[in-house]
Amino acid sequence: MALEINRLSWLIGGEAGYGIMTAGEKFSKAMIFGGLNVHTHVEYPSLIRGGHNSFGVRVEEEEVKCPILLYNLVVALNKDTIDRHKNFMTAGGGIIYDADNIKLEESELRSDIKLYHVPLMQIVKDTPGAINIMRNTVALGASIAVLDYNFDYLAEAIRGVHSKKKKRNEIMELNVTVAKRGYDYIKKNYNNDFEIKMQKKQRKKKMLITGNQAIALGAIKAGCKFLAAYPMTPASSIMNYFVAHEEKAKVVMKQADDEITAINMALGASYAGVRSMTSTSGGGLALMTETTSLLGMTEVPLVIVDVQRPGPATGLPTRQGQGDLKFVLNIGHGEFPRILIAPGDAEECFYETFNAFNLADKYQLPVFIVSDKHLAVSYKSIPKFDTKHLKIDRGWLLSDEEVKNWHDYKRFMVTDSGISPRAIPGQHLIFRSSSDEHNEYGNICEKGDNKIAQEDKRFRKLDTAMSDIPLPKIYGPEKADITIMSWGSTKGAILEAMEYLKNDGINANFLHIVYVYPLHTHFVKEFLKNAKMVVDVEENKTAQLAGVIREFTGFKIYHKVLKYNGRTLYPSEIYDGLKRVYYG
Amino acid sequence: MVDLNDLSTGSYVPDWCPGCGDYIILNALKRAIVKLNLNPKDVVVVSGIGCSSKLPQWINTFGYHGVHGRGLPVGTGVKLANKKLNVVVIGGDGDVYGEGMNHFIHALRKNINITLLVHDNQIYALTKGQASPTTIRGDRTKTTPLGTFDDPINPMALAVAQRASYIARSFAGDLDHLANTIADAIAFKGFAFVNIFQPCVTWNKHNTYDWFKERIYDLQKARYKPNNIERAFKKSLEGYEKIPVGVFFREKRELFEDSHPILKKTSLVKQKIDDVSINALMDELC
Repeated sequence: MALEINRLSWLIGGEAGYGIMTAGEKFSKAMIFGGLNVHTHVEYPSLIRGGHNSFGVRVEEEEVKCPILLYNLVVALNKDTIDRHKNFMTAGGGIIYDADNIKLEESELRSDIKLYHVPLMQIVKDTPGAINIMRNTVALGASIAVLDYNFDYLAEAIRGVHSKKKKRNEIMELNVTVAKRGYDYIKKNYNNDFEIKMQKKQRKKKMLITGNQAIALGAIKAGCKFLAAYPMTPASSIMNYFVAHEEKAKVVMKQADDEITAINMALGASYAGVRSMTSTSGGGLALMTETTSLLGMTEVPLVIVDVQRPGPATGLPTRQGQGDLKFVLNIGHGEFPRILIAPGDAEECFYETFNAFNLADKYQLPVFIVSDKHLAVSYKSIPKFDTKHLKIDRGWLLSDEEVKNWHDYKRFMVTDSGISPRAIPGQHLIFRSSSDEHNEYGNICEKGDNKIAQEDKRFRKLDTAMSDIPLPKIYGPEKADITIMSWGSTKGAILEAMEYLKNDGINANFLHIVYVYPLHTHFVKEFLKNAKMVVDVEENKTAQLAGVIREFTGFKIYHKVLKYNGRTLYPSEIYDGLKRVYYG
Repeated sequence: MVDLNDLSTGSYVPDWCPGCGDYIILNALKRAIVKLNLNPKDVVVVSGIGCSSKLPQWINTFGYHGVHGRGLPVGTGVKLANKKLNVVVIGGDGDVYGEGMNHFIHALRKNINITLLVHDNQIYALTKGQASPTTIRGDRTKTTPLGTFDDPINPMALAVAQRASYIARSFAGDLDHLANTIADAIAFKGFAFVNIFQPCVTWNKHNTYDWFKERIYDLQKARYKPNNIERAFKKSLEGYEKIPVGVFFREKRELFEDSHPILKKTSLVKQKIDDVSINALMDELC
């Protein structure tokens, strides 16, 4: 293997409780501080102690769009990590491990794998004040040495982890000390033989951010002041972020007693005029179903986040899947308009969440953000969001001035746009809302013609909204050998697979549908009709997007690349799948 | 000054059965609002589903008539968004003690400054006569033709067990007592719960106005003081021979709104959102 610079796929693994996640974050920060970019990949089972946790970090000089299947350097804090990952290592890859504690026979590994023994536990024991869990930090220092990277960046990453309290600082310094001992051990005992080296580039200020954090930030930027939620993996970190920043961002997170409470509280706050949100995963959303219909009927704006995980039922609580598309598209009894947005990366999580609040207010309806575990927990290094162009639009929400001279107020006035003037409690325009069908004033009304007038009015909002719904995004050349269609977080892996295909001389383009509903039907149909070969790529069993597109456009997609084992789709898998389809 | 006419919805009038206790509760609520001189624009009446939950339709305040059992969380959200609003949540025994029981129990422990009025007619009325969570054991209903086998919920005891900050009971057959109790509950700073016996003249032939009048006695007239949780518990366990009404327990405690670092300083709805800066939050991630 030739020497490779600044192109790395690194992993640390061990039992839950070994500090795998914090180690991964520190390693990522150390790379960012040296001017490099990262994308992480976290796998963990649904338990608190034991099991196998892993944190992968892919590092490049340019933007990293997704994780890859193979690793170059694995830090194994237990034997299980080696057993699970040894077959997913590149040629000449390395394993850092503590031979004092892990018994490993040479015959267990491929001959090209390099072993780096570091006495992790002994170093901890020999360092006054250090505790066992710090062996993860020793391993970080060893990693930096194997990669011939600058130790100062790791020290900065360790120290940079918050808190000005003196006691915390002592712990930080102790961590730096044990990391340095791990670093020195490698430098002393190995002769810089690893074939991947990391070198600093020009340092730029970058965030290390997950999709869930980006959604929370997008909401805060949009003026969302109230989040009501019930804990559910993998959505919980949204509520955690909110509550941790209540005072800084002047927001309120109310932990609800169940998901039904959560969505109804958020509804109440939104009805009272405050931009509000609730966040959950599929099972929680199922409980919220009835109230989504109530939002539609009473025309209360609300942003609802579904961070998908594989179902049915409890399914794979901590794993990846895209099984909720049709569920969200059809959620709620009866018929009512809604908007469905599926962001594809951390940047889209931020910007589309911001936009979701504008759309909810303008069209007075529920807006669903459908994300997933891969987006939720994967960190990505990105520049700070550009917020200059972001403008709040609250639609036809009446100001205190406007309500003063208003006579004969009709909250549910039938209009050409379908949008009616919205007052809030405390203003002088008193009105009633009812989950029963109602007339323009909000009074219960069972007349047939009124039902038609109100239902048509509500649905006209979708026609009006089309001018605000961005077109699906197209990546790659206009004319291509393969046209890929997908939605949500498969975006990064697909973009990378397109590069692989290009190297093989196959041109691919990619239709990424972020705004799934309402859909730009004509645009999608024309694009697909003119494609040579369309392949649907999704992380579910039944190719839900393909079904939706068939329903809305009549266009049938014959070729599919589907993955539904609960693990993130890798670019190499997409590449293999597309080639299989292409060569028939 | 607000008067009863300000609270009228004109020709849009209730469609309850003639003689229904709900008329009296509606009237009592209006009187309470007048007594407290609350501006109707600052009152939000929130409800779930059932005969009682139609009430917000016929009072000229803000009204939100949601789905079954969910009045309390909606009312909670309204209050957390805008502390200045007076939030009154309305529900029946089916709505609050059946479909929405979870919300009831949790509302008792939250101490958010809203008022809950439960129209307890011991029957499902709008669905035409099925047993409810408070139907007395042995009563025959459409769904219990052999008599109810289940014991009824004891909402008063539940509220006392959870040490709710204001716990009262009243009767739709006594307008003055009811109006005064509702006014007291709304004026109380804390979560206030009033269970109201509301005879259903169509479907409940057992718990009639006369049945209640023979049994009810006024706690406050009996010199009962609502300041002791153990005494309140004892009262809440009194059976159907003699039925106490009035305030069982009241205890001022810190409100959720006053404990929360953001809510105690400001009303969420008053915050400007045109240009929220997230720069510091982004820097934290760098």
